[in-house]
Amino acid sequence: MAKITITVNGVKHTRKVEDRALLANFLRDDLGLTGTHVGCDTSQCGCCTVQIDGRSVKSCTVLAVQADGSKVTTIEGLAKKDKLHPVQRAFAECHGLQCGFCTPGMIMATVGLLKDNPNPTEDEIIHGLEGNLCRCTGYINIVKAVKKSAKLMRGKAR
Amino acid sequence: MYRFDYVKAKSLKDAGRLLARHGEAKLMAGGMTLIPTLKQRLARPSHLVDIAQLTELQGIKLKAGKLEIGAATRHHQVAASAIVRKSIPALARLAGVIGDPQVRNRGTIGGSVANNDPAADYPAAVLGLGATIVTSQREIAADDFFQGMFATALKDGEIVVRIVFPVPRRAAYSKFPHPASGYAMTGVFVAQTADGARVAVTGAGPGVFRWKQAEAALIRSAKPAALEGVALDASDFNSDIHADAEYRANLVRVMAKRAVAKLGRK
Repeated sequence: MAKITITVNGVKHTRKVEDRALLANFLRDDLGLTGTHVGCDTSQCGCCTVQIDGRSVKSCTVLAVQADGSKVTTIEGLAKKDKLHPVQRAFAECHGLQCGFCTPGMIMATVGLLKDNPNPTEDEIIHGLEGNLCRCTGYINIVKAVKKSAKLMRGKAR
Repeated sequence: MYRFDYVKAKSLKDAGRLLARHGEAKLMAGGMTLIPTLKQRLARPSHLVDIAQLTELQGIKLKAGKLEIGAATRHHQVAASAIVRKSIPALARLAGVIGDPQVRNRGTIGGSVANNDPAADYPAAVLGLGATIVTSQREIAADDFFQGMFATALKDGEIVVRIVFPVPRRAAYSKFPHPASGYAMTGVFVAQTADGARVAVTGAGPGVFRWKQAEAALIRSAKPAALEGVALDASDFNSDIHADAEYRANLVRVMAKRAVAKLGRK
């Protein structure tokens, strides 16, 4: 067992975890933050994407002990009270989802993408979301939602 | 995953001591290969020694005309580095097409090189540029380092510290990625240096290798057409559900020509 301290969505948590515990399971089972989904559990689908110190990672492929001392943001940390994050709003308005299972990961990956590249081209969006799979939409509306997110975040759309 | 003890090394020396003390310990940096391997119970280390945070393994710098990259440098850092983009733009571009963004945010150059996956991207650049692998014990030339599928010259307890790349005149990488995994079905790295041309191929054979006949052809003419009909020994190429050896041999030619065509472009 290891004692770790991780700041999740601005709140500091100190917990004892098994050395082999995955960050995804720590977030879901220890902290009850079930917005982070575990889809494939083999580092492929990206449903479990969260940010560690501002960079997107697949939390099923990171040990909780590796995140000791860092700042983690999950899908629950994006909205400010009732006000959705611009990326959440864009996914809702563009209908960038069908079943919604991949959506937390898609949104977290989009937040990471737009941080590096606030105005991506369609090719850059497709390349930037390569680590996330959606089995419903065919990605058309997801790409649309990312474009709208970029506009909202740059203050170019309402 | 089987149980293991996780230890954060405090220094390179400390990591060496931990490896010496625990015979079944394994090093971990980004963990992008190791963690999936552990999850499938394909490995059972007693200890994981985390070296990702060690200061000795960080940093990107140009020194005496050579580009030095610390072993724990993550792929996204190489892709975004102004120094790498200016000195060896092909290396920055290669780092930007490894796996996916989440993998590039965690995976490290030292981890990729030490693992020597036969379909990994970095080994093609390290061999294609004739880089030197600096370890905790010695310096190893890329030509001696890579020894076939997942095999390297690294001894037990030896830790990759940095990779030193000579800056080529021009270089380019062309890759046919596996559409699901992002690994190279075939990737070819071509470099033109003061001494001639180097061509390194990943993904096609049991490990990264130099296509020496292509190097000779490119010295005569650095154009894609120069590779027409150049001999390529595909006898040990990989055949799997994704592509047979003959298909991969064709990909080697196509990717090599594309890389050569890119040489002229900035």
